[in-house]
Amino acid sequence: MKKSDVPQKENSMLHGHRRACYAVDDDGRYTMVPSKGWDVEDIVNGQAVDAMEHHIESVRQQALAGEVSPLAYHMARCHMDVGLLAANAGFWRWQVKRHLTPAGFSKLDDDKLARYAQALGRDVDRLKTIPEPEPAK
Amino acid sequence: MATLLRSRGLDLSEPMIFGIGSGLFFFYMPLIKMGGMPLTAYRDAPRTIIKHISKRLGIRFESHRYKSPAQGKVALDAFLAKGMSVGIQVNVFWLPYFPPEMRFQYNGHNMVAYGRQGNDYLISDPVTDHPVTCDNDSLQRARFAKGAFAPKGLIYYPVQVPTNPDIKPAVIDAINYTAKRMLDIPMPFFGVRGIRWLAKLMERWPRRHGEKKAAAMVGNVVRMQEEIGTGGAGFRFMYAAFLQEAGELLNNDKLKQASSMLSDAGDRWREFALQGAMLCQGRNSGADAYLGLAEIMRDCADREEKVYQLMREAVS
Repeated sequence: MKKSDVPQKENSMLHGHRRACYAVDDDGRYTMVPSKGWDVEDIVNGQAVDAMEHHIESVRQQALAGEVSPLAYHMARCHMDVGLLAANAGFWRWQVKRHLTPAGFSKLDDDKLARYAQALGRDVDRLKTIPEPEPAK
Repeated sequence: MATLLRSRGLDLSEPMIFGIGSGLFFFYMPLIKMGGMPLTAYRDAPRTIIKHISKRLGIRFESHRYKSPAQGKVALDAFLAKGMSVGIQVNVFWLPYFPPEMRFQYNGHNMVAYGRQGNDYLISDPVTDHPVTCDNDSLQRARFAKGAFAPKGLIYYPVQVPTNPDIKPAVIDAINYTAKRMLDIPMPFFGVRGIRWLAKLMERWPRRHGEKKAAAMVGNVVRMQEEIGTGGAGFRFMYAAFLQEAGELLNNDKLKQASSMLSDAGDRWREFALQGAMLCQGRNSGADAYLGLAEIMRDCADREEKVYQLMREAVS
């Protein structure tokens, strides 16, 4: 890649951060060139973010409808799946699956709630609620 | 990494360190999932890179992992109190200074902690071009996140750094090793074989997974290439910079030639990223689009294969 070809997209998702790019100058020598961002990255990242937002919102709707517990929403919001939440909160997968149902969730004691709260970076009270859609932190 | 060694008086360029660590690699592991997506990597694990650098330059690294966040915090604070800079491994989802769009559950991120001000840690992170801070709570979460490649609070630092190591044999050794890894591992997941294998599988993605999932999977490969891959084209440009530096150091024209060939391969990878992004946007779809992507990827594999063969020839 030539130095002049290093993409410098304004208003990219890097928000003014710069990313190091290695490119060759006119003499064919490699140098480090800071890049402001590239359309390609914004597109593929946007796709991943959209898919995630879509997923989070659909789980939120399910939680509001009482099909799943609020924990399912908070799990989705932290981009976690059952396996990852189980590992982070120190439960077995089957336990987490049970807690994702409203009935299973209502039986959780404070100690277990606290473990989930710690793993998800939420306090216990918020863990029990289903908030309005919120931007990722 | 370069920051860590420079703090101990060894001044090598980032590409040089990446090259001596045999950082360049490729593997595709559909059975290991990250965020529900098959694992694609354009470089070796940071731990392995560090291992190779230490071995080849005679640097002694010490590394520690911790059972509990509390222990990990005590240890980190102790190092910082001594005025040391240390490398730490983290999960990027919990880092507050990351742009929100870039925060995903990804455990393989490495950065340098160099101080603490009250509740805030001073961080030098390769994703930003200026120092940042991270609060204690977020940092603990990031250091002790679980899942694939869990950091377990990893802290590492050089304890013994030679001021004037003989880097020529290190470079030759590293080049041989990278060529071997990219060409000779007799399994479909790794190296040039891995690239060709992914190309073959990618052709089938729309039929196997449906257009929507397939496009997401392509997007994921491109993200691994351009977002994780420092320097562009999944580390290919950075390695080309290393080959150029190595060519000058060893006065070896074949290495310089390999550098410019890898640059060209890198440009093809960028083309792959561009086409992949168009596919994600829906500007390009259907089975033909996937065949086209696979075709570019195979071209990358062919070009890279020649680079590694030439590298081997150059240092043998």
